[in-house]
Amino acid sequence: MSGQSVTLVEAVRLAALQEMRRDPTVWVLGEDVARGGLYGQYKDFLPEFGPERVVSTPISESVIMGAGLGAALVGTRPIIEMRIFDFVMCAMDELVNQIAKIRYMFGGQAKPSVVVRMPHGIWRNSAAQHSQMLEAWFVHLPGVIVVTPSTPADAAGLLVSAIRSDDPVLFFDPKNLFPLTGEVAQVIEPIPFGKARTVREGRDLTLVSWSAILPAVEQAAATLAAEGIAADVIDLRTLWPWDEAAVCASVEKTGRLLVVQEAVTAAGFGAEVVSTVIERLGPARVKAARRLGAPRIPVPFSPPLEDAVKVTPAKIVAAAKAVMAG
Amino acid sequence: MQSTHNVQRLLDLFGTMCRIRAFETAALNAHKEGVVPGPLHVSIGQEGVATGVCLNLATEDRITSNHRGHGHAIAKGAGVQGMMRELFGRDGGHCRGKGGSMHIADFSVGMLGANGVVSGGIPIAVGAAQGLKMMRSSAIAVCFFGDGAINRGPFLEGLNWAALYQLPVLFICEDNGVSAFTATDTVTAGPGVMARAEALGVPGVSVDGNDVMAVDEAAARLVAEVRAGKGPRLLHARTFRITGHTSTDAAAWRDPASVEEAKTRDPIDRLAVVLAERGIAAADLDAVRKAAREEMDAAVADAKAAPWPQEAIAYEDVQDVGAVAYSGVSA
Ligand SMILES: Cc1ncc(C[n+]2csc(CCOP(=O)(O)OP(=O)(O)O)c2C)c(N)n1
Ligand SMILES: [Mg+2]
Repeated sequence: MSGQSVTLVEAVRLAALQEMRRDPTVWVLGEDVARGGLYGQYKDFLPEFGPERVVSTPISESVIMGAGLGAALVGTRPIIEMRIFDFVMCAMDELVNQIAKIRYMFGGQAKPSVVVRMPHGIWRNSAAQHSQMLEAWFVHLPGVIVVTPSTPADAAGLLVSAIRSDDPVLFFDPKNLFPLTGEVAQVIEPIPFGKARTVREGRDLTLVSWSAILPAVEQAAATLAAEGIAADVIDLRTLWPWDEAAVCASVEKTGRLLVVQEAVTAAGFGAEVVSTVIERLGPARVKAARRLGAPRIPVPFSPPLEDAVKVTPAKIVAAAKAVMAG
Repeated sequence: MQSTHNVQRLLDLFGTMCRIRAFETAALNAHKEGVVPGPLHVSIGQEGVATGVCLNLATEDRITSNHRGHGHAIAKGAGVQGMMRELFGRDGGHCRGKGGSMHIADFSVGMLGANGVVSGGIPIAVGAAQGLKMMRSSAIAVCFFGDGAINRGPFLEGLNWAALYQLPVLFICEDNGVSAFTATDTVTAGPGVMARAEALGVPGVSVDGNDVMAVDEAAARLVAEVRAGKGPRLLHARTFRITGHTSTDAAAWRDPASVEEAKTRDPIDRLAVVLAERGIAAADLDAVRKAAREEMDAAVADAKAAPWPQEAIAYEDVQDVGAVAYSGVSA
């Protein structure tokens, strides 16, 4: 299958386009989607699918979320577009109390087959209400799948899986990586949830990460390699389910683990990775394990302040060296 | 436009509108120059609403605003140097560089903050009114929001609440007909904000928001009623957003004719005509506009020259107990 080099935003556009062509029950609802969405991720959908399947909604997040659920219960497959992750706070009841619970509470009768798209992350000095990374909250929530891709191909393949999934999928578009380019196949195959991607192989240290910080991790790994430290770099791609086996196998080999997350370190998903690895391998097999993330402060607006709290390749290199010394 | 206003009042309205226009224009240019980071929402064309309302308020009255809040802040008396420094992310900004344009605030003049979340300011204004009433204050709360905000739950919940507890709050629906990139009437059912407010027990008045004298008159009446303890009121001000949603949005989907037509109803130009009829020389009005531009150019020059905030500031103002300390090395 011949591929094409496209941006990440175009990759997810193509993935949704392919699935909407394949399955007439797939549709999208959210603010400004008829105009192509905030990032152009639904560009040209309206002319092809019409206003019944490309629904530009009022600014009504709770109903966008709740109506998506209701429409799933009668057999459609809605893509619920939240525009920017932070606005999901306006639809938390519908997501947490309704979507995530309905199948279980009703003894398996309900099929909440929705995809909730929540472009997240630090994005061009957008300040504290447009920059949050709270993906760990949702790993804590039974009933949902949590998807956090970092490349065009992964974002496309995982979005296809998300749309076909009967489980509710929380899809975190890495909005800062929308311009990133990469190969995407003409026919986008689904990528299974819970399978990590090995970005780079090495025997000295395991670097685990996900979402928009991956390019910084890769850069750091290259710097480390130049200094003679060979890192296994693992992109988890999905946080629930997540590829415990791949991470444990790597740490068995290297004995050293650094989890890099863009989100606040405290009670983040990195804590889950570190504790799972230590539980599964036993403390004796893990020589050093660390997390690197943001300090527990909101994301500030001013460029130097934002830069100061962001995870950078230099900070990753420093943390990796600390793990090597540990 | 017929007016019963005295000339000094008209000049005050004119001066404030010119200052808002000059601030927005300077900010927009600075953003284009690349020195204002992040998203920027300006209110060019809508100055009559902020001005006509806020010139009826006292300093101790409180306002909440939305993402398009520069004009509200200026009309309420916020210092423009601190505002411009905030937009630039510099030291000495009202929010210490941590908020930026979308979170502009100046509590010292009762401006309780712009908001990055549509309708986020509505419950806050309602609560401010409740607190003021509880403390037997004569101050009131005023809440600015857009036409897009009336489709979110907090609008219904907030108006019901304000009416239920008969709170001293004035709601201002600044109706520019657009919700980001979508015409609001294509996503709004029923007869609109006035009918919704009335159904919730909040009496309202609808005015041409580009007629600052009409806004001023209506606001004066509504503020007096709210202050007298008669309960919440709503002012619906119809206006027009000349520019795009953000500084980077060309709003190309709009009919260019509608924009040209709206420019003929520019609130500043319209008031200039009235002032001329009332005997104010064109040169005097030009001097007001020029002074406003110079004030804002000076604010830009000051902001450009201002230092960046120290890294440690990022770690301050989080919480009293349990805050993480700045170690000198971030993260
Ligand atoms: C809860 C929420 N949903 C969506 C957005 C994105 N957004 C920012 S401004 C805006 C349009 C708001 O329209 P309106 O309230 O009429 O204000 P205007 O921009 O016209 O001044 C939207 C959808 C947001 N900030 N908050
Ligand atoms: Mg509007």
